[in-house]
Amino acid sequence: MSAKPEALPAQLNAWLAAQADKDLLRFITCGSVDDGKSTLIGRLLYESQALFEDQLSALERDSRRLGTQGQELDFALLVDGLAAEREQGITIDVAYRFFATEHRKYIVADTPGHEQYTRNMVTGASTAELAVILIDARKGVLTQTRRHSYLVSLLGIRRVVLAVNKMDLVEYAEPVFARIEREYREFAARIGLTQITAIPVSALVGDNVVEPGTHMPWYRGPTLLSHLDSVPPVQQSATQPFRMPVQWVNRPNHEFRGYAGLIAAGDVRVGDPLVVLPSGLESRVTRIVGPDGDLAQAIAGQSVTLVLEDQIDVSRGDLFASAAAPAQVSDLFEATVVWMSEEPMLPGRPYLLKCGARTATATVAPLKHKINVNTLEKLAARQLELNEIGLAHLSLDRPLAFDPYEDNRDTGGFILIDRISNSTVGAGLLHAALHRAQDLHWQMLDIDQGRRSAQKQQRACVLWFTGLSGAGKSTIANLVEKRLFGAGRHTYLLDGDNVRHGLCRDLGFTDVDRVENIRRVGEVAHLMTDAGLIVLVSFISPFRAERRLARSLLAPGEFFEIYIDTPLAEAERRDAKGLYRKARAGEIHNFTGIDSPYEPPENPEVHIDTRITSAEQAAEQIIMHLRKMGVIDRDWVFIP
Amino acid sequence: MLKLSHLARLEAESIHIFREVLAECERPVMLYSIGKDSSVMLHLALKAFHPAPLPFALLHVDTTWKFREMIAFRDQTARRLGLKLIVHINQEGVAMGINPFTHGSALHTDIMKTQSLKQALDRHGFDAAFGGARRDEEKSRAKERVFSLRSAQHRWDPKRQRPELWRLYNARMTKGESLRVFPLSNWTELDVWQYIYQENIPIVPLYFAKERPVVERDGALIMVDDERMPLAAGEQPRLRKVRFRTLGCYPLTGAIDSEADSLPAIIEEMLVARTSERQGRVIDQDGSASMEKKKQEGYF
Repeated sequence: MSAKPEALPAQLNAWLAAQADKDLLRFITCGSVDDGKSTLIGRLLYESQALFEDQLSALERDSRRLGTQGQELDFALLVDGLAAEREQGITIDVAYRFFATEHRKYIVADTPGHEQYTRNMVTGASTAELAVILIDARKGVLTQTRRHSYLVSLLGIRRVVLAVNKMDLVEYAEPVFARIEREYREFAARIGLTQITAIPVSALVGDNVVEPGTHMPWYRGPTLLSHLDSVPPVQQSATQPFRMPVQWVNRPNHEFRGYAGLIAAGDVRVGDPLVVLPSGLESRVTRIVGPDGDLAQAIAGQSVTLVLEDQIDVSRGDLFASAAAPAQVSDLFEATVVWMSEEPMLPGRPYLLKCGARTATATVAPLKHKINVNTLEKLAARQLELNEIGLAHLSLDRPLAFDPYEDNRDTGGFILIDRISNSTVGAGLLHAALHRAQDLHWQMLDIDQGRRSAQKQQRACVLWFTGLSGAGKSTIANLVEKRLFGAGRHTYLLDGDNVRHGLCRDLGFTDVDRVENIRRVGEVAHLMTDAGLIVLVSFISPFRAERRLARSLLAPGEFFEIYIDTPLAEAERRDAKGLYRKARAGEIHNFTGIDSPYEPPENPEVHIDTRITSAEQAAEQIIMHLRKMGVIDRDWVFIP
Repeated sequence: MLKLSHLARLEAESIHIFREVLAECERPVMLYSIGKDSSVMLHLALKAFHPAPLPFALLHVDTTWKFREMIAFRDQTARRLGLKLIVHINQEGVAMGINPFTHGSALHTDIMKTQSLKQALDRHGFDAAFGGARRDEEKSRAKERVFSLRSAQHRWDPKRQRPELWRLYNARMTKGESLRVFPLSNWTELDVWQYIYQENIPIVPLYFAKERPVVERDGALIMVDDERMPLAAGEQPRLRKVRFRTLGCYPLTGAIDSEADSLPAIIEEMLVARTSERQGRVIDQDGSASMEKKKQEGYF
């Protein structure tokens, strides 16, 4: 609204009609603490006359009371909203600002610049088409500038305005500006940012924000606002193949059945063939119901309801795609994950993933690496902490139709939700589908598990002993193995303590490491079963999820979960290795039962209560069970 | 190639938000305050679900001090569109005789609006409530999410706000928690007026200038809407051509002198006069962070 009253056309109706043609540009501003970002936005609002009189009088009042600019207006006070922020004098959350010129309407995501709030910047950037990156002319390109630029590039923003602010404090010197611009362009090119417009400004004084001002005659480029006004709108999604996530099925009566959603890319016309993903069913559009009645055509950005020619199965979470250029479908992805929760992200733990209108359960496989956003270095990582970014493999419990994020934000961006707290704990970008283990052809060998087992005259299986430290798992497992061995069976005992000396020497006792520890042991047990062995695993294995994982690696009937049930008080009383005493004394951390949880099995194949069962009796009970299940022949000869 | 205007984009976004709530929540309701923003919100909701009828009720929290014309407009709108309308009045507040004159605006608003809203939401077990608030209204609103989580006590915790990325909204909550959802988050006051003009949306006649009986108090023009309004000695209601930029409880809503009796005239006046709309609301002026505080306490 360069709504200077004198600029109003005489005919208001004509003016209103012109308003209808305005487009919308969403941009994000980012900068380090004290770069003067709030001042710049406040100045934009002020100079584009988006402020109302009472807001101005509140600003004058607040400037006198709180302001840092003496008798001048402190524009930062316009945009520092929350009371907590005012006290700290910093912006701590994403705020959205609105203004308009005679060319377009703007939505500004104002995001904080300091380290612990990367999450907010990613949030603001997710809907922005352009970024204004602020630099303090006195400080030049800082670590934070690089971080902001990397995030902007990661989130798919290609157009950047480099606003070199506080030119008033460097005597409006051209060489200072030129040096910063050169340095920034070199860095930006490395992260794929090439559409850069650098503008020297003084947000405080107002030079080159809306008007050029008088202090920098050497600069002949556009002011910030005139540049924003002239940037062509992003139209890429309209030229892409059609995509629409099905948000809701509208079925008010028997006559009407429509599928509602917002078109994420491309366009659709009545008669167009489309494919429903992931099912792959095909149909044709017979009606497009728009907000104002039936349409012949609809384009990206519109919320519509489509009616199809055939009665086919379509529900919320499906994706309509152009039949000629359908989206990919997979349940295993390579993805960038931005972690946004104080609780770290643990690989192996299930989270809810929402992409488009579909929600699925997702597990992050071990991270490939995390990214140091300051140096762009790739670092090895086991977990992600708040505000960390990593590249990972994501495994879903059901197939998802998607496009790479680089092609489409709406069908390639996702959020992760914690299943207990329901908080949004992460966000991510899908890059590519990976081939599932079952699609990767397992090298078929002539000698297989069945033949190897047959040679040993046994049935291969896993006996998985779980229970607290000191419950008696190893003692009982040892007895069982001796009996099997004595009967001529081919066995191997994987012991938790022993494995940690070699295979899992690099792992500690954090939750992440425990998950990985069990995964490796599960895989080893699986290979040994394939070799035809009866494998005994004696592991605390405190989490249900990981025991379930180990079970899932084996065929049904090959996995026996044996719960050695010794209550904590009893295990602690015995304390054969003196570990409980150390844990209580705080010398050992993450000790199961003390400061790390144990989740007892819900349906173990064998449940041994060691308070009423001796180790010998327990071994006998387990052998009996194996015999009953046909692992061991009924005419099994026991050699004591 | 077709091109979407900013209003078309805002409309599509609002419709998407309505549908997302219906798909993910069990018992949504629309808070209907009868004002122009509610009118726009209702218009968008009808479009979102067309040809199905509106799949949720309207809830009006009546403080018993609304303008009479608002109540008439409310009932007529519900009748005309065949909508389910729930009117909730805090009967305990009525029994205590709470009113803005003897108890002041803060206490009146708390008991008849904030507490009353919580009562109504709890009584009906609504898990999501649409509100017509916009981010451009006020500084603390600028940081409000579209889907805003409230505790079982209906409190808003700025530190527990969920990040909102792309068009992905997290509507999951644990029992007792609820959502406030703001489909007009990204609309400005001017957008709302332009849309009302473009779509020819009915609004309460109080927005248009007309001769009305008013008294001047602390710089605000208060309309004498009924005989409950106590007049100070020598205070005499005078007929002035006024209109309202926002609507609420009549004793707490200031009118402005105006000649604008049509939509184009209102928009023209807005562009010239430039006094932001919440100024008419008396409750915003106690303390500069007062809206944020009210939100934390559960005010919409």
